[in-house]
Amino acid sequence: MTGPEITGGFPILSTLIFFPALGALFIIFFLKKEWDVLIRWVALGVASVEFLLSLYLPFTFDANDPGLQWVEKTIWIKRFGISYYLGVDGISLLLVLLTTLITVICVLASWTDIKEKLKGYMALFLLTETFSLGVFMAMDMFLFYIFWEAVLIPMVFIIGIWGGQRKLYSAIKFFIFTFVGSLFMLLGVLALYYYHGKLTGTYTFDSVVLSQSIIAPAIQFWIFVAFFLGFAVKVPMFPFHTWLPDAHTDAPTAGSIVLAAVLLKLGTYGFIRFSLPLLPNASIQLGPFMAGISIFAIIYGALCTIAQKDIKKLIAYSSVSHMGFVMLGIFVFNVEGLKGGVLQMVNHGISTGALFLLVGMIYERAHTRMIGDYTGLFKQLPVYGVFFLIIALSSMGMPLTNGFIGELFVLLGAFKANIFYAIPVVIGVLLGAVYLLWLFQRIFLGNYYYGGKGPLLDLGFREIIVALPLIILVFWIGIFPKPFLMAMDASLNNLIKQVETNYRKGSDASANVTARLQAPSAERAGQ
Amino acid sequence: MIQLVWLIPLLPLIGAIINGVAGSRMGKKAVGLVACLSMAAAFLISVSIFFSLIALPEEARSIEVGVFNWITSGSFQIDISFLVDPLSTLMILVVTGVGFLIHVYSAGYMHHDKSYWRYFSYLNLFVFFMLMLVLGSNYLVMFLGWEGVGLCSYLLIGFWYEKKSASDAGKKAFVVNRIGDFGFILGLFLLFWTLSSHGIHSLSYKTVFASVHELDPKVVTAIAALLFVGAIGKSAQFPLYVWLPDAMEGPTPVSALIHAATMVTAGVYMVARNNALYSMAPEVGQVVASIGIFTALFAASIGLVQDDIKKVLAYSTVSQLGYMFAAVGLGAYVAGVFHLMTHAFFKGLLFLGSGSVIHAMSGEQDMKKMGGLHRHLKTTSITFTIGALAIAGIPPLSGFWSKDEILWEAFSKGHLVIWAVGLLTAFMTAFYMFRQVFLTFSGECRADEHTKHHIHESPAIMTVPLMILAFLAIVGGVVGIPFFEGGSKLHHFLSPVLSHGSHAAAAVEGAGEAVAEAHSSLEFILMGVSVGAGVLGIFLAGLMYFPPLKSFAPSFWTAENMAGTFSPLHKLLYNKYYVDEIYDAVIVNPIKRLCGWCLSFDLGVIDGIVNSAAWITRFISWVSHKFDIYVVDGLVNSMATLVNFNSSIWRRMQTGYLQNYAFIFVLGVLIVLVRVLLG
Repeated sequence: MTGPEITGGFPILSTLIFFPALGALFIIFFLKKEWDVLIRWVALGVASVEFLLSLYLPFTFDANDPGLQWVEKTIWIKRFGISYYLGVDGISLLLVLLTTLITVICVLASWTDIKEKLKGYMALFLLTETFSLGVFMAMDMFLFYIFWEAVLIPMVFIIGIWGGQRKLYSAIKFFIFTFVGSLFMLLGVLALYYYHGKLTGTYTFDSVVLSQSIIAPAIQFWIFVAFFLGFAVKVPMFPFHTWLPDAHTDAPTAGSIVLAAVLLKLGTYGFIRFSLPLLPNASIQLGPFMAGISIFAIIYGALCTIAQKDIKKLIAYSSVSHMGFVMLGIFVFNVEGLKGGVLQMVNHGISTGALFLLVGMIYERAHTRMIGDYTGLFKQLPVYGVFFLIIALSSMGMPLTNGFIGELFVLLGAFKANIFYAIPVVIGVLLGAVYLLWLFQRIFLGNYYYGGKGPLLDLGFREIIVALPLIILVFWIGIFPKPFLMAMDASLNNLIKQVETNYRKGSDASANVTARLQAPSAERAGQ
Repeated sequence: MIQLVWLIPLLPLIGAIINGVAGSRMGKKAVGLVACLSMAAAFLISVSIFFSLIALPEEARSIEVGVFNWITSGSFQIDISFLVDPLSTLMILVVTGVGFLIHVYSAGYMHHDKSYWRYFSYLNLFVFFMLMLVLGSNYLVMFLGWEGVGLCSYLLIGFWYEKKSASDAGKKAFVVNRIGDFGFILGLFLLFWTLSSHGIHSLSYKTVFASVHELDPKVVTAIAALLFVGAIGKSAQFPLYVWLPDAMEGPTPVSALIHAATMVTAGVYMVARNNALYSMAPEVGQVVASIGIFTALFAASIGLVQDDIKKVLAYSTVSQLGYMFAAVGLGAYVAGVFHLMTHAFFKGLLFLGSGSVIHAMSGEQDMKKMGGLHRHLKTTSITFTIGALAIAGIPPLSGFWSKDEILWEAFSKGHLVIWAVGLLTAFMTAFYMFRQVFLTFSGECRADEHTKHHIHESPAIMTVPLMILAFLAIVGGVVGIPFFEGGSKLHHFLSPVLSHGSHAAAAVEGAGEAVAEAHSSLEFILMGVSVGAGVLGIFLAGLMYFPPLKSFAPSFWTAENMAGTFSPLHKLLYNKYYVDEIYDAVIVNPIKRLCGWCLSFDLGVIDGIVNSAAWITRFISWVSHKFDIYVVDGLVNSMATLVNFNSSIWRRMQTGYLQNYAFIFVLGVLIVLVRVLLG
């Protein structure tokens, strides 16, 4: 076994994973439900400490090391080859940081929004953080699967209990959709475990070991399909996306933020982390198909977005389009595309998270999400308008914002792979400008009017503080993306190399199988 | 000094940030001061850079100044860096110089607006992006500026956002520009990947132009064509010009700065900057020139009959940009850039003058309701007329020299059709400009009493910039006059940049020499013809619209009569060839419908499948529930019933009465006995 072994020192990753869960337990067992203020502050404290702890990672990160860092590994269930195996590399580092930051923002965004059953609400958010971090850090496929399924549970409750009008419908739809997908994924994981064991004699769920000998392409194909069903639902890819608009519409504001910023990333992350290196032949073979549906989703999602009348639904559909960019970046198989894909994951988390945050702020004031109920808000809420415009511009890929850098790399990658990929994608970018500017025009421009009663107030101090980190990140990544690009550089280069070598191994494996199949028949023929 | 070039864009950016963040609390005076001073400082630095540059020997006049590393990934390196050379220096002089004057003018024009600070913040931001566009030393920085000016144009066109028409116009400008950018960005990618397949991982002009000869000419042709699509959008050429007339919804100084003097000329600058590419792709050059000259004629013909004072100028701008593209398309890059510069002076002047008129008329823009304004607005009227003479090509004003150079280039290169169309356009230009001058300033005032009462000349803060621009419109052509010793100064200054391609170099050199040696009689004849066209246009406009001349006109030569005689044509022109309506019908509405269909498909079919899957599951579970109750459980229950029924029969035996049991016992004994005894 050549994979990294347990490293000594402080188990920072485990701390990061379980600290929020401990916070959740503390809130549940030690705080009374009447202590609203205290619950909020404790949740904020836990989330903030967690965020500060996670900052330990970028400061100790070695950008030149393509492998896993801060590795923790112990045997968990020896009989089945299951281990407790954590690690973070350049691909997951930014996602981990995004998750810890978004959780702080979610707690703050719920500050006045949530009044009922606050205790459970905050605890569930912290649990979501724990499980999401687990998904991003787990290197053992069994452990990964456990975290993957566990994430569902707090999210379903968040939508189902604190949600909007059709909260039960949406929560159940979300649950069943993702759960069914995950079951296929589990089948895939087990099949991989079995076939790999059969091939090498070591039965293990350790993804690093699994990636060292590659099973035959014919088997890969079916495992890829199983993984695809699990991951694609989460992304969500066309045609498995219809849970998303409902879940977003009915989730409370912070639920939408975490859903868009973190949960959708689990799917694309799964493709990068597991589908590409473990199933290289199938990935490359199905690459054009994946790119095709990604491109279709970009255009189709954008067209559906233009026709929306509900702000949250509009942003949800725009996510379908934006996640298409990420998927396309992944499946063009070059460093530019992958880099763009990973950066777009982060960017989408920032921009779409911020859009949901901003929409939540206005919903809290006016209790309507319909575009037609607002016009000319810019006059009454200038700060809000400027924030919204900045985020909208970042979402449509304006230079000097984060969206530009991400889209640039995805487009570079797509163009390199095939010119005809790039053309529809650029049309998708164009449509993005259409729906965002039209949304902005309908809500913010014109004479001030809104359908509800009472005056609308501009953003308060807390709200500005919540939105500000995201605004800063928008410009930071747009103007000086170097640290972000550097962080993923080595790991992605390594991944591409790994896919290429594994692709060859996979072809060899298939040759071996054919050889083995042909050998006996040859013997028989000889007799 | 040249190393400080980064200050030039930085100063307006700082101005924009200060005004944007704190402007609402600073008071109007401070806001105006911040904005104008940042521009003045940028202009002064530009001037001193210009002098530092000409102090250098000719071959050293191209200096790259790096600021920081923007995007890096592997071998792919893009810096934020600036290129100081004659072309970019000329551009920054125009942008900061005209920009400064328009800022000063705006301080007066926008004085009553509540969002004064927002206006200046946007305007400074625009200048920042425009300077990035012209100063950038690589394509991506240019693209940054390119998109940024589009954004600011969107913000400023929709500045009075309470008006639906204004916010619509802003959105239209942005989206149409993005359609052009579609081509631009694809061109960049093609360039990038073609270069990197040759082992060059850079997008800086110097490396690109140095290695462009190694590339396949077909690919270069494709790149040049794609980049030109971007120019069509940004510089409002046919068929993407439709946003510019609508952009007149913005404040008038904005129209002067963005939609006349600077942003719309970005496409011309881009083509000139890429002359190394375009000279390798003569077919694309042909296309550029053809689209340019067609647009020039097309827009001028619309301008003939418009009544809105700003709309006339807008179509005029589209038309003049067409001239510039005709020039650069023919490889006459210097002529194109020369016209760009003089156009910035006189069109900026005309727009600001129209702003002064609109200001005096309390916001009225319909020329039918003006007239006789010369009496009240002496300065505006005189400066406006100077601008009109310049654009009409009357010597010795600046427009004459630059326009004539374009026509001469077309003629001398043998493109007689382009020359002829250009001449016709020059005639139309003179006509519609003086129609405008006469309708606005001469005769009797046709405004209502209330408006009449308020007519007043603008304050000095507005008229002084008008006078300075009028001065420039008169003398701005001096730098390009070909008759002085050694030929045109501008040619000399720009030729190191604008002759990268060896082929183009020869052409430009050759043309320069030809011009220098042989100011042949032919050239003077052609000059005479084009002046004649201009004078004829002015004269005919006078006969139709200038009261003292009207009486000399033949009876059919009146506006009403002509409109009546050529009614279908007039209607077609008046309605701008119905292009907007056609676009709505052919592109916009079908896309809107497609969006609706997509959504219905999504909700009906895709989500329908999901929901029906759920429904089917529930139906099946209902059926199995019933099955369970009636069949499975029914079976169990019927077993029970059967047993129950059975037992109900047999139960009768188990009565529990002793006498019954005794009776049966006795009966049994008797039966046994009988059986034994009988057996």
